[in-house]
Amino acid sequence: MKDGYKEGTIYSNDEISPNIFELVLEGDFHGLPGQFYMIRGWEALDPFLARPISIADIEAGKLKLIYELKGKGTHIVSKLKKGDKLSLLGPLGNGFNLKEEGRIAIITGGVGVAPMLYLSKSLSGDVDIYSGFRSNAYFLDQIRPYVRNVHIATEDGSTGHRGLVTELFNPSDYDLVYTCGPMPMMKAVIQICKGQVDVYASMENHMACGIGVCLGCTIETIRGMERVCKEGPVFRGEEVVFHD
Amino acid sequence: MTKVEILGYELKNPVIAASGTFGFGKEFDEYFPIEKLGGICSKGLTLNKSQGNKGIRIYETPAGLMNSIGLQNPGVKGFINDELPFLEGKDTVIFANLGGHSLDEYLRGIELLNESPVHFIELNISCPNVKEGGMAFGIKCNTAESVVREAKKLSKKPMIVKLSPNAENIQAMAYSCVEAGADGISLVNTFNALAIDIYKRKPIFDNITAGLSGPSIKPIALRMVYEVSKVVDVPIIGIGGITRAEDAIEYIMAGATAVQVGSGNFIKPDITLDIIDGIESFMEREAIGSLEEIRGII
Repeated sequence: MKDGYKEGTIYSNDEISPNIFELVLEGDFHGLPGQFYMIRGWEALDPFLARPISIADIEAGKLKLIYELKGKGTHIVSKLKKGDKLSLLGPLGNGFNLKEEGRIAIITGGVGVAPMLYLSKSLSGDVDIYSGFRSNAYFLDQIRPYVRNVHIATEDGSTGHRGLVTELFNPSDYDLVYTCGPMPMMKAVIQICKGQVDVYASMENHMACGIGVCLGCTIETIRGMERVCKEGPVFRGEEVVFHD
Repeated sequence: MTKVEILGYELKNPVIAASGTFGFGKEFDEYFPIEKLGGICSKGLTLNKSQGNKGIRIYETPAGLMNSIGLQNPGVKGFINDELPFLEGKDTVIFANLGGHSLDEYLRGIELLNESPVHFIELNISCPNVKEGGMAFGIKCNTAESVVREAKKLSKKPMIVKLSPNAENIQAMAYSCVEAGADGISLVNTFNALAIDIYKRKPIFDNITAGLSGPSIKPIALRMVYEVSKVVDVPIIGIGGITRAEDAIEYIMAGATAVQVGSGNFIKPDITLDIIDGIESFMEREAIGSLEEIRGII
């Protein structure tokens, strides 16, 4: 039997950038890069659903999650302090296929940078990361020790290249690309890489159950509608069908 | 102690997993033995395989959620060949939830299910998310009555009709369905509802409206179960916003023989076990020997 929701104790819960929080939990956690947990930081029935948050890192049983303040659920979690309890279900979904060697690019947009610490620690090739943000860059200081180069783009030009992260990278320089971020960005990455280099994209969608039964989080793939929480969240770029 | 009887079948307890919230049982069986449930309703089936709706399918609301899945399912044959063998091996009662876009589709679905090992057919005349289907049959009594009558003629399985709360008059609807031959009534399916993205100035859902479920609808669904219990004599299965044993007991006191747990399954995979345990402790505490004693007691 898989574990149902279990308790995690908050070790730290800090705002590392405006509206971006780093939550570290103590408990019995495991999982692979790209997998996620459903988290619930409240007993009440409102908010009704738990929140899917991808694993940012797991080290010595401690689970690190990076989340963006978006609605009621994340707002409640953001107010929790060291020692407070959370309920967690996971690890869920299929993570990234890990490549042992070669030239690897990680391309992220906004809070899509979250799963890339655990991923970059788990890769053994030459890894470059390209991260785009609206304004302030975050979390990259923790990823830096595990990659060769860090490239930053911001929409307002406050850090690094002013513009889109996709303008910074050349697919022919790489053997494999991992990406996570807003849909339009991942769609652009997949299009740029088409026919040149394989892409693994970690998809996101509204989610209710997280375990594959509600069919709420499906996306269109070349095989039909598939569940982000079960077949995903990581899909091969060429499998995902985008519409304009 | 918690066992109940519906149309000749004994359920270990009155807790049934609701259609569309439990898949075909496999995912949940990884979290708890699904045989502990009184029964399981399949995901809503249509005669032919369906990919369901495009666009956003799930949207959270205060103490509830809206969905517009659109009956994504493997079709009746796909269910019978690929999903039912797993469920059949489990010691629990199986309800095949059958939707349709036309009378003919319902009837052909029933023919296939007649030859399968399911125990019940739950006739879904209440899915709000399929155009010209499902719920279209569940709004007006005369439309519902004709579908139920034809379906019942053909069905070799006991047939529960699942009502929409969007029916023009829930009591008249239940009465018409029973007159037309329904062996039991389950209610309610989701409430037709609307949410708007005020920044895009557009509805959240491609179909504009979607079905609302969860604790926020419970008091309304409970009232409907109560009202229906006053006009029909067949078993009633209460559905709507059940997340605790206390909710299930309310439905039974309002007149339900059994209950279905729907969106509650999304917030905790083994929530049904908590509900079953809670019903048992309540019965012990209150010295209730059988749920018969409190059914429709209010």
